Amino acid sequence: MKHIYALLTGLIFGTGIAISGMMDPAKVLNFFDLAGTWDPSLAFVMGGALVVTFIGYRLVWRRDAPLFGGRFQVPTSTVLDSKLIGGSALFGIGWGIAGFCPGAAIPALGTGRWEVALFLVAVIAGFFLRRVLPVAKLPRTAS
Amino acid sequence: MGTVFTPFASFGGGLLIGLGAVFLMLGLGRIFGATGILSGTVFVESREEMTWRLALIAGMVLAPGLIFAVTGSMPALTVPVSPAMIVVGGVIVGLGASLGSGCTSGHGVCGLSRLSIRSLVAVPTFMVTGAITVFLIRHVFGG
Repeated sequence: MKHIYALLTGLIFGTGIAISGMMDPAKVLNFFDLAGTWDPSLAFVMGGALVVTFIGYRLVWRRDAPLFGGRFQVPTSTVLDSKLIGGSALFGIGWGIAGFCPGAAIPALGTGRWEVALFLVAVIAGFFLRRVLPVAKLPRTAS
Repeated sequence: MGTVFTPFASFGGGLLIGLGAVFLMLGLGRIFGATGILSGTVFVESREEMTWRLALIAGMVLAPGLIFAVTGSMPALTVPVSPAMIVVGGVIVGLGASLGSGCTSGHGVCGLSRLSIRSLVAVPTFMVTGAITVFLIRHVFGG
């Protein structure tokens, strides 16, 4: 039951990604292209998502525990270090080069396009690269 | 290449993305961060930690099929960059997102709505580097 619930949750999220235009690299790159063919649509994606999560999370946290047991696992770190800033800076560079981010590429895989699979394989290679770099010896602060 | 400004579809899609994130918190008590979800299926902590992530990913991947079943066409997906850029961008995305502990979904949607200080730093960082990257590729190097 928990897994069916997780699957439906993923389906809702993925449908939102598909409708919003997030899975279209042409749109994503145009969002970043302020000096050229700027398309501000993706600001509306973030706006819509934040309205729901900002209110929804607070309603959910009135409960003592999640529906399927366990506890609410929310990152509590407030550390602003070079890993956070450097990693985020790198992430933006990669996003600007490829036009895909992980949350958009996973649902986009369902279109059957080979470029999406190639991107996700490269992302996973990046995960491994992070583990072999010297900085990887440092503990993870959140996930 | 220009894309059509879609404020309503993008906002509506954003609402669904937020709903997916809220449902995941309600049911399983987890943040909907695509980087953590994907890496959790690659670097497996336990069977239990892997299976809900796989179910979630399966649901996400089914989304374009659902769109196709309802509307008769796949969501738009135009890749305006070369395969080499997809690979390079993907590796940098994977490295950066794991180093920075999150991407657009984890820091952007879930982190901002929690007013996490780390996400409030991470999101402007990757938005700015993404925009700079696209500016350099399109307007300086003329890609």
